[in-house]
Amino acid sequence: MPLSTQSQDSDAQYILVASLDNVRNISNILKAITFKDHAIFSATPNGLKVTVEDSKCLQANAFIQADIFQEFTIKGDSVGFQVNLTVLLDCLTIFGGSTVPGVSTALRMCYMGYGYPLTLFLEEGGVVTVCKINTQEPEEPIDFDFCSSNVTNKVILQSESLKEAFSELDMTSEVLQITMSPNQPYFRLSTFGNSGNAHYDYPKDSDMMELFQCTQTQTNRYKMSLLKPSTKALALSCKVSVRTDSRGFLSLQYLVRNDDGQICFVEYFCCPDEEVRDD
Amino acid sequence: MDCVVTGGNVKVLAKAIHSLSRIGDELYLEPQEDGLTLRSVNSSRSAYACFLFSPLFFSRYAIPDGHGFRCKVAIKSVQAVFRSLATLEKTVEKCHIELDGEKSRLTFTLHCKHGLLKTHNLSFQDSESLQAVFDKDASTNVLKAQPRLLADTVLNFPPSLEEVTVTVSDERVWFRNYVDQDAEPSKAMLTELCLSADEFDHFAVKAQSSVTFCLKELRGLLVFAESTGLPISMYFDGPGSPVVLSVTDSVLDTNFVLATLSDESAVRQQNPKRAGTPLPPLDDFMNDELESYLIAMDTSMAPGPSFRSLLFGSVYPTGSPLSNLTVAGQKVLASDSEEDPEGV
Repeated sequence: MPLSTQSQDSDAQYILVASLDNVRNISNILKAITFKDHAIFSATPNGLKVTVEDSKCLQANAFIQADIFQEFTIKGDSVGFQVNLTVLLDCLTIFGGSTVPGVSTALRMCYMGYGYPLTLFLEEGGVVTVCKINTQEPEEPIDFDFCSSNVTNKVILQSESLKEAFSELDMTSEVLQITMSPNQPYFRLSTFGNSGNAHYDYPKDSDMMELFQCTQTQTNRYKMSLLKPSTKALALSCKVSVRTDSRGFLSLQYLVRNDDGQICFVEYFCCPDEEVRDD
Repeated sequence: MDCVVTGGNVKVLAKAIHSLSRIGDELYLEPQEDGLTLRSVNSSRSAYACFLFSPLFFSRYAIPDGHGFRCKVAIKSVQAVFRSLATLEKTVEKCHIELDGEKSRLTFTLHCKHGLLKTHNLSFQDSESLQAVFDKDASTNVLKAQPRLLADTVLNFPPSLEEVTVTVSDERVWFRNYVDQDAEPSKAMLTELCLSADEFDHFAVKAQSSVTFCLKELRGLLVFAESTGLPISMYFDGPGSPVVLSVTDSVLDTNFVLATLSDESAVRQQNPKRAGTPLPPLDDFMNDELESYLIAMDTSMAPGPSFRSLLFGSVYPTGSPLSNLTVAGQKVLASDSEEDPEGV
């Protein structure tokens, strides 16, 4: 057991130690939010939250609860740092990220504190790799001020049905328009591309619709380029909650089940593109 | 036009559109009394494909009275409607196609499982009618085979192979990859398969001949024929005159017309005969509302063998100067009215 014998005595100097038998349980979920290099990590005794942002308009958060890890030790209330997510993912999959059952990479992730690198010990088949990734000054994530009290419309869908729609979306369209309404068309995704427009309508009584809570008709447009990365999270997830608040901000919450059947969440916030004129 | 396709026929329609996308970039749609026609032609006009779905193919088929309406759309956008071919059969229950001339809108509505409704509104362009005139029943040679037989045969050729030569004798058919004359002899590889007549459902060879045509379109049609399980018939005469590949059943009539490579020496011999029997009979042409015709372009001035372009002609109302002109001069090439008006 190279990992456990490695540095038991030196553990005391770390302010964060997290170990995991199967690194895929976190690498998969991190892939779901990889659309920019910089990721803000903030750890609390509850677990790890990783945030990636784009253009001050899009924010993705991955929540990895403490009990996903076999060991999760943190000194103090919170630890924050920023690393290059692409580099981190390259390290996590350094053994090739094999999906063969029974073959998994174990991870021990340690952080000594401000100014120190993030140290990864990765082990597969008796081979240990140590990676040190320089950390950066953590930035303050944007507060989208999206609170559930301001939510006007909310639907929960089984991801399967949205995956189909997202895989077929007309990418020549600059925007994705989402209409949510207590009346028809209930929940509609629209694109306006080179060859015409397309609408995908989900009735509120569909088997795929787990929850339908729409109080008023709302139509908002979101940049396709911003929403595109969220399809990675969608692909992993089994359920998705789509919410809009009174300002038209969009929240997409994905429930992701990992290899061991544990549940994690990925959340995307997106600003609306512009006011939609009724036409 | 207002029509509804249900069940397994949605997949047939989708496969047809994917097959057509192997031919050209545009889909010509023409709702007629005898069914909905989908056509496409390639840019060099050496390949043409036409699917006619009879009204019985649809669970509802309604077309406006009077003046026929036709249009063309970018085939990519129609393909996008049927993007997930693999899951189509399981997910789509009903497809509603509506052509609204006033709003200039072609609408595909897919009614899917779980109540999901997908609506695609496509913009279209008015178009001339596109039709190649060919008389497959007059062909000297006719072969009919199960798609599996041809698919297995074609499978032996590398995907990069562009043209295949089919040679027939009284009781055998040879499929051979076509090797360009300019190809380096030391690098050229020849693959030849010989099929015996009894492997075919129907085998009628009146004259030994050998034709070379593009494999790409045949592959496209094979995908369609295999998914529907319908046999393919092949009608052809000799080098330079088109080969017609045809798949039919009671509700469906599909024809792919492909140019064949002309043979220098054969062209000269055939020319007098050709002049004696102009492809479109004059009277029919004048009376045919769809006015269209095909001229096999004589390319014998070009060095070496080459594909005879099949020109699927511009189609103008009866009596238009252009149609008169082309009829008057059999040798004059009718170019596509839109692309090259001064070519006439």
